[in-house]
Amino acid sequence: MESNIIECRNLTLAYDGSVVIKDLSFDMPRGEIMLVSGENGSGKSTLIRALLGLIKPISGRINLKGIKRGDIGYLPQQSGVSRDFPATVKEVVYSGFTGHLRFGMFYPENAASDASRAMKLTGVDDLQGQCFNELSGGQQQRVLLSRALCAARELLILDEPTNTLDPASAADMYSIITSLKHEHGMSVVMVSHDLETSVTTADRVLHLCCDGAFCCAAPDYEHELASHHRYDVNKVI
Amino acid sequence: MTFTEILSSDFLMSVVIRALIVGALISVCSSLLGVSLVMKRYSMIGDGLSHVGYFALALGALVGVGSEISQALAIPVVIAAAVLILKLDESRKISGDAACAIVATGSVAVGTIVFSISGTATSDICSSLFGSSSVVTVTNRDAVLSIVLAAVVIVWFLLFFKQIFSTAFDEQFAAASGIKTSAFRMLLAVLTAVTIVVGMKMMGAIMISALIVFPAMSAMRLAKSFKGVVIFAALSSILCFVVGFAAACRFSLQTGAAVVCAELALFIVSCTFEKLRAAVRTKRTFEKTA
Repeated sequence: MESNIIECRNLTLAYDGSVVIKDLSFDMPRGEIMLVSGENGSGKSTLIRALLGLIKPISGRINLKGIKRGDIGYLPQQSGVSRDFPATVKEVVYSGFTGHLRFGMFYPENAASDASRAMKLTGVDDLQGQCFNELSGGQQQRVLLSRALCAARELLILDEPTNTLDPASAADMYSIITSLKHEHGMSVVMVSHDLETSVTTADRVLHLCCDGAFCCAAPDYEHELASHHRYDVNKVI
Repeated sequence: MTFTEILSSDFLMSVVIRALIVGALISVCSSLLGVSLVMKRYSMIGDGLSHVGYFALALGALVGVGSEISQALAIPVVIAAAVLILKLDESRKISGDAACAIVATGSVAVGTIVFSISGTATSDICSSLFGSSSVVTVTNRDAVLSIVLAAVVIVWFLLFFKQIFSTAFDEQFAAASGIKTSAFRMLLAVLTAVTIVVGMKMMGAIMISALIVFPAMSAMRLAKSFKGVVIFAALSSILCFVVGFAAACRFSLQTGAAVVCAELALFIVSCTFEKLRAAVRTKRTFEKTA
C-alpha cells in the first residue's frame, strides 16, 4: 500500500471567479491527522471541495492513492444540514451509505454492522430511534460524524467539526478523532479555526495563506507560522 | 348534486370517478414532490410555477388555440420556468423565494393583461385562477396524464428513496457521496412543473401549490422519520382530496377551495396534536424529576 493517501501537485483553485489557491503542492501520509489552517478566505473550504471532487481545479491535480472519491467520509460545515428536517438518527447515519449502494438501491451487505460500530464509536448508539432535530448540537455533530464514518473507507474530511460545540463537546469530538486514527487506522483531514486544541490533535498542519502555503509537523507549526515564508512544500517532514 | 344523483347516473358516476382519480393521483404526486421541495425551502415554487401556467394559458387564449392545446403548451413553458428558478437559486444571484415571487407576480400581471386583450370571459379567467367549478372539465386526457405522472413519481420515489432523502437532508454531503444532485434537482423541477399544469385545471393556479405544501407540513408535525413523513403526506393528501371533493360535489363548492380547506383543517389538527404531545411529554418529565 502506498505511504501517501493524498498527493497534490501544483494545484490552482478558484472560488466565485477569484483564484484562492495557487500552485499548491503537498503530500499527506496514510494514517495521519492533517490540520488545514488559515485565515478566512485563504481557500480552506475550497481545497476541501476540490478533494471531494465537488469542484475542478483550474490547473494541477489531486491524486487519491488507493481510494475512490466516493470512499471519503465527509463532515460538512453545519450550514449544509437542515436543522428542522424530520429524520431519525438511524436514517441520517445510514445515508452515509448512499455512495456505496448495490444496484443503486440496496445498502451494502455490512451496512448494519458498520453503522452500529460507527454509532458506538461516537456514542450515539442509544439515540437511533430519536429525531435528529431534537438532539443537542453536540449530539447532532456526533451523528453526522457517524454518517461520515459509514461513508469512509480510509479517509475522513472534517470541515470545522467543533465550531458550534461547547468546550466539553469539542473535547469529546477531538478524542473521537484521535481514537479513529489510533484504533481504526483512519486518515483525517481536518479544517479548524480552533488552533489551540486542533494542533495538539494533528500530526501535521497545512497552512494556507494568500502569500503561499506551508506544510509542517504539528509541533513545529507555531515556529513556522512565526517565521512564515513560502517554500516548495514537497519538503514534507 | 346529491350523492344519490351521482350514484344513480352512469354519466355522472364516470365523470366523478375520473375527476376523483385525477385529483387523487395529482394529490399524491404533489405531496411526494412537496416533501423534498419543502425540506429544501422551495415551498413557494408551486405558486411561482402555477402562475407561469396561468400566463401560458393566457397566451393560448390570445393565440386562439383551445384549452387542451393551451394546457399542452403550458407544460414546456412551466418546465422552463422551474429550471430558471432553480438555476437562479443555485447561482445565488437571486434567492429561491425572491425568484418565485418575481416569477409569480410577473406572470399573473402579464397573464391578466393578455387575457383581457384576448377578450377572454371573466368566468374563464376565474376558472384559471380558482379552478373549474365543474368536474365535467376533467378529460380522459387529464386522466391518462395523471396516471403516467403518478407512475413516474411513485416509481422514482421507490427506486431512489435513499438518494432523495440524502439530497433533501444535506445536498453537500449527497454530492460528495457521488449523487448527481443537479440531475435530481432538475428532475424534481420537471415533475413539479408537469404536476402543477395537470392539477391547475381542477385546483386553480392560486391553490394548486397548497397540495405541495400542506401535506408535508402536516406530516412534519406528527412523524419523526423521513419515511413516516413521506407515507403520511401521501395518504393524508388522498384523504383530504376525497373529503374536499365530496364536500364540493355535495354543496356545489369550488373543488380547489374545498380541498385546500380540508388540508388546512388537517394541518390545524396536526399542530394541535403536536402541542398536546409536547405538553404531555413535558409533564411526564417534570413528574419523573420531581
